[in-house]
Amino acid sequence: MKTTWIAIAALAAALPATASEELKPVRGSAERGAYIVRTRGCNDCHTPWKMGPKGPEMDMSRALTGHPQDLVMPPAPKLPEGPWVWVGGATNTAFAGPWGTSFAANLTPDMETGLGKWTFETFKQTMRTGRHEGQGRPILPPMPYFMLGAATDEDLADLWAYLRSLEPVRNKVPQPIEPAE
Amino acid sequence: MRARSILAALAGVAALGAATTQPPQRLTETGLYAGRGTAVVDARNRPFSPQYPLWTDGAVKSRWIFIPDGTTIDTTDPFRWSFPVGTKLWKEFAFGGKKVETRLVWKTGQDAWLFASYVWNDEQSEAYLAPEEGVPNVAEVAPGRFHSIPARTDCVACHRGGKGESLGFDALQLSDDRDPAAPHAEPLRPGMVTLRSLVDEGRLVPDRREWVEHPPRIEAATPRERAALGYLAANCGACHNSHGPLARLGLVLAHEPGSAVFRSTVDVAGIYAVPGIAPERSRRIAPGAPENSALLHRMKSRRPMSQMPPLGTVVADAEAIELIRGWIADDLPASGAAR
Repeated sequence: MKTTWIAIAALAAALPATASEELKPVRGSAERGAYIVRTRGCNDCHTPWKMGPKGPEMDMSRALTGHPQDLVMPPAPKLPEGPWVWVGGATNTAFAGPWGTSFAANLTPDMETGLGKWTFETFKQTMRTGRHEGQGRPILPPMPYFMLGAATDEDLADLWAYLRSLEPVRNKVPQPIEPAE
Repeated sequence: MRARSILAALAGVAALGAATTQPPQRLTETGLYAGRGTAVVDARNRPFSPQYPLWTDGAVKSRWIFIPDGTTIDTTDPFRWSFPVGTKLWKEFAFGGKKVETRLVWKTGQDAWLFASYVWNDEQSEAYLAPEEGVPNVAEVAPGRFHSIPARTDCVACHRGGKGESLGFDALQLSDDRDPAAPHAEPLRPGMVTLRSLVDEGRLVPDRREWVEHPPRIEAATPRERAALGYLAANCGACHNSHGPLARLGLVLAHEPGSAVFRSTVDVAGIYAVPGIAPERSRRIAPGAPENSALLHRMKSRRPMSQMPPLGTVVADAEAIELIRGWIADDLPASGAAR
């Protein structure tokens, strides 16, 4: 595992904070980032599940690659009125509910289909705001961004260091689908 | 003993420095007003009105800027001004004749900006610092739709798009050659800051006399195209430009040199596909076909997944939609596709 040093010098648009805080380098530990991923459930949705001998299990050969691009989901079933309001795919990477249909993202550093072009600032801003790329549409359910949004800068730097250490995997996750009018 | 005194003094300086980076609890403590009340704006705070206002659900806005005495704005990069430390900008939002919030953007250090919002009380006598998480539903702007005070993290969503600094105070927005077709534009009032006043007062470095002799304006094939590009620059360009965090999207709607807006939008297929049509027909802007244009679709949407801008508005801008629709339908087939 490598250890990455990430400087947050570019935080010119920070919330109230002193310049010295903004310029303070943050040490990102990929080892600790791996621990955070394991214990906060990132694999639950970002790693496709498959059916094993004892039932559904994570397919770690596709760890953190998001919804498989070759798995084209049919339209989500319409649920009757009642307390059941959302459904999930067998891979646990596709979800449909009142918000529409969402797909778990590819978190590997692939330049075209993953987070390869993201910066730490974009990642941190995304977790803090709950907005796609830190400034776009809301992150969709069931992503518990608010849990990571409450994490410390150090935790996020560690997490980012780990994600950057992964092998890039090309897997183009579909765009979310809006709910029917 | 002496060392202890020095340490104490240094600690005092540090505390003072830290204190200046925190927003005051009351709007009247930010320096906006003369005296203790809110009746008179301090004369050092100059009003201004960008020629292409940002749409905020019909809010009536008032804006002021404070530039410390003896300081200048560095316009070496004419598209990205650098303000002196101590610069403050305020923007007041009113709905239905009632002041709702006033936002403060304050340059507190060479690389530090502070963002804060103040919520007006019912008596309209004072506004108080909003919590970091914002305040939802402070004013009904349409039946069942409400204006909310943004969280401070949401402030950064727009203000980090370029230099992460002020928006609406630049060469194009302050040009004295104002666009008569700009949606929701307010007339200039006496005393408002414009490019001419900034140049005349020696506030811009290097000197920008050429901006008085040849005021910046958007090059366009038609008056409608000029207004359309200006509207997109003001309402979308803070994020969609060639230099900010989203530059890699290759979508430029900011006012920048060249024809980047046309090259990155007209007849270009984007990530987002207009729903309800064959995906291969969807374009960011489809000249002559507003119904196939993702940009227009997202301007019209106020569904969280697709609305643009993604925050700061809950009601679509009907006047701007008609402007952009007409530009796409009637002007672009003749001009835009050829660029």
